[in-house]
Amino acid sequence: MIKAKNNDYTQWGERRQSRMFTRGLHLDIPLLLAIIILSTVGLAILYSASGQSEAIIMRQLMRLGLAFAVMIVVAQIPPHHIQLWAPWAFGLGLGLLAAVLLIGDEGKGAQRWLDLGFFRFQPSEIMKLAVPVMVAWYLADNPTPPSLKNIFIACLLIIVPVLLIAKQPDLGTSILIASSGCFVLLLSGVRWKHVCIFMALIATSAPLLWFNLHAYQKARVMTFLNPENDPLGTGYHIIQSKIAIGSGGLYGKGWLNGSQSHLEFLPERTTDFIFSVFSEEFGFIGIICLLALYLFIVIRGLYIATQAQGTFTRLLGGSLILTFFVYTFVNIGMVSGLLPVVGLPLPLISYGGTSMVTMMAGFGLLMSIHTHRRLLSN
Amino acid sequence: MSKRAVKSSPPVLIHPVRHSIVLGALMLSAGLLIWRAVDLQISDSEFLQGQGDARHLRIVEIPAHRGMITDRHGEPLAISTPVDSVWVNPREIMAASAEWPRLARLLKLDIDELSQRLMTRQTREFVYLKRRISPDLAQQVKALGIPGVFLQREYRRYYPAGEVAAHVVGFTDVDDAGQEGLELAYDDWLQGVSGSKRVIKNRLGYIVEDVESIEAPEAGKELRLSIDRNIQYLAYRELKTAIRDHRAKSGSIVVLDAKTSEVLAMVNQPSYNPNNRSTLKSSHVRNRAVTDVFEPGSTVKPFTIAAALESKKYLPGNIIRTGPGYYRVGRDTVRDTKNYGNLNLTDILVKSSNVGTSKLALSLAAEKLWGLYSRAGFGSLTYSGFPGEVAGLMTDHWKWSEIDQATFSFGYGMSVTTLQLARAYTVLANGGRLTPVSFLALEGAPAQQEQVMEPAVAKRVLKMMEAVVSEKGTGAKADVVGYRVAGKTGTVHKSDIGGYSEERYLSIFAGMAPASDPRLVAVVMINEPRTEAYHGGQAAAPTFSKVMGGALRQLGVVPDDVPRTNMKRLHQKIAEHLAPQQEGAHLRASVGGRI
Repeated sequence: MIKAKNNDYTQWGERRQSRMFTRGLHLDIPLLLAIIILSTVGLAILYSASGQSEAIIMRQLMRLGLAFAVMIVVAQIPPHHIQLWAPWAFGLGLGLLAAVLLIGDEGKGAQRWLDLGFFRFQPSEIMKLAVPVMVAWYLADNPTPPSLKNIFIACLLIIVPVLLIAKQPDLGTSILIASSGCFVLLLSGVRWKHVCIFMALIATSAPLLWFNLHAYQKARVMTFLNPENDPLGTGYHIIQSKIAIGSGGLYGKGWLNGSQSHLEFLPERTTDFIFSVFSEEFGFIGIICLLALYLFIVIRGLYIATQAQGTFTRLLGGSLILTFFVYTFVNIGMVSGLLPVVGLPLPLISYGGTSMVTMMAGFGLLMSIHTHRRLLSN
Repeated sequence: MSKRAVKSSPPVLIHPVRHSIVLGALMLSAGLLIWRAVDLQISDSEFLQGQGDARHLRIVEIPAHRGMITDRHGEPLAISTPVDSVWVNPREIMAASAEWPRLARLLKLDIDELSQRLMTRQTREFVYLKRRISPDLAQQVKALGIPGVFLQREYRRYYPAGEVAAHVVGFTDVDDAGQEGLELAYDDWLQGVSGSKRVIKNRLGYIVEDVESIEAPEAGKELRLSIDRNIQYLAYRELKTAIRDHRAKSGSIVVLDAKTSEVLAMVNQPSYNPNNRSTLKSSHVRNRAVTDVFEPGSTVKPFTIAAALESKKYLPGNIIRTGPGYYRVGRDTVRDTKNYGNLNLTDILVKSSNVGTSKLALSLAAEKLWGLYSRAGFGSLTYSGFPGEVAGLMTDHWKWSEIDQATFSFGYGMSVTTLQLARAYTVLANGGRLTPVSFLALEGAPAQQEQVMEPAVAKRVLKMMEAVVSEKGTGAKADVVGYRVAGKTGTVHKSDIGGYSEERYLSIFAGMAPASDPRLVAVVMINEPRTEAYHGGQAAAPTFSKVMGGALRQLGVVPDDVPRTNMKRLHQKIAEHLAPQQEGAHLRASVGGRI
């Protein structure tokens, strides 16, 4: 698939011509290529992690197809349209979150799903995009750097959905959404004084937060601090994951040869812990390459953000790509024992649909921001 | 043009310091991840790989099969066949309770019982569901793919001879350890040594791959018994018939090789099927021939005669007065069934006169009489090594009163096992030599033969015992066509509360053949025959005849009782046959040359 794309690229011959074509589709070629490579690697590792299940690969391919379609569609929407819809989308998202708490379906002990009869989805996914869009919308309408009052309102915009999601409970997603909102704030040029106050506030509220955590969430943090405490229970995931990563060594055991994952010692190996499978099979060299790919996407995204012409697009783009990085960092950090287990998938690689679609919609936004610049400048 | 237009338009500035801080934080985080990867994959790699191996590399046992037990010709008497046992880990199978009915149906277990068993053992990690199922069925169980269900390779003991050799061979328990008989006696020899191998197991405990063999299993060694399966079958069949015909309680037959004292056959009634012990009665398991003692009665009279001959006071032709058919010893009286008048030593045996043997015994020194019996192996173990063997009892001669000495001479006041009696007869059969009894086939001559009786005396007694099986003797029915048989009957009143029973008997015949040079010694003991023909010469002797005759023919022993005229004709025939045979040899040689 990668090769085919490359061939296409050279067949077009002139760089300019291809640029013209992708401009017409509002796609960003470097970002698109990196995403395609990453999802191809993801398919390969998923094939191994799933025990060479073709059914799973087919399902993931269909999801990828849907996600790419969503990305292309979103990329066609000019950013100022999105700016217009921002409050409505946010309002809708909040309403759905409230609905989830009232009438949501339970899955794996958490109330995250909303059943619309023909279709089940997690409203928190909408908020992943709606929150940064909303905060960016609000701050862009006001002079930067934002005043204390505006910061407060922005914080409110972040905290309400985050609390609703944390209540489901879904700690991983709520942290992600909180950080995406905070990134908007940070990028808007909040004064350092205010940042410091903000940090201090978080630090002081941490104990409060601790007491409001669910027992299993507390256990996860305790497990993170000392996984060997309970090697057969809560510590099992992280110990097995570390063993799998460590077993990879410098060069890895080779594709389809990871014994820890294939002998089913590694839990959740197609979803949250797929990085461990990758590390065992491709080793340190593989990790470096994978991280390089992720970094490339992040840097390209940041470049797009810095090149954006409006405050809204700049803030939104920066927040989206930094959130993507947080996603990656938290997942890898958690499976390698750097961070507590919060249950976030590895973007573009883990098996699973909804978060991938959201992620690709985010990339669609980034591409839209980049490819609609001309219209904006005119 | 588009690109240039974008670049030329004044970009909205992101604070440059902030921009670099964001970039810096990003790089720092990436660096952190890489540092972690170095930490895990390069520094700690070895430790973590070891931990990984510790989770899936397992050393498992390879069961070794138990050694085969064969008869002296290599025919199998006990063999081990591979079977599988199904066990479950209740913790794992709890999750798959929907699959239980299928499992129960396949294993023919009651579903309620199965779930009850699992529910009460929820916290365990190992519960047998069904042991020793056929490998075919085991594969079907495996194919169900129910998590937490495992197979374990085992070996089941199978006894081709079934109840015929059950008492001698014995059996093993469910864990393949010997429980009875020679299975128990030679357990160490038969038992294999399990090997071990390193395997890769997945989380569910299934073996995914064999890595290496650490120690090959060592199969148990084969055990070749002295038993001759054909004679064993023959003896078993005849004993069973006799027990049925005489409505007897129990019985035993022992056939020994007269020269080596190897046990060629040892059977008991009642017996049991070692392959299906579900309805096993413990009384049926006993190898009565070595565990049950009885008073031998008249069957030991030849030893009294031998003692008399050995004392040099008597010759076979010496006359003893047995009239008037009873003999007062102190306050007691020894009786014969009728008045036999004057008898020589041979006739005392032939008529089985208690008065005769009593008179002989009382004329001898007690310790001489006792000593001969003792040397013949009475009162001590045969050292056959058979589990549960008993020695029998002989009252010490210094405690004897006169009547004790008298009754001892015709086999009361002492106890023996069937095997012991048979072994004592080998002394008479084998020129006065006592040989250790062996259940194993011997290579070459038996070790430690002991001369316990003068060869001449043994020979004389043997000759006298031949008369017992003559037409006028008590053991006429023990006769075997074509062979000279020597033996002695015994009809023993069973001891009862306060004396001896008038209705319960033991019917015994002990003997050997061919009398010219005995090859076999056999003892037939029938306990409590309930027909009129309870006498040793009526109940035990015919069975002896059938067993001995069959066994001699089986072994191809040359007949020694061919009438003289026939012998002459036989020699002529042989001579006639020799001439053409030589011609034939010439013919063959010429044909061979042509080829």
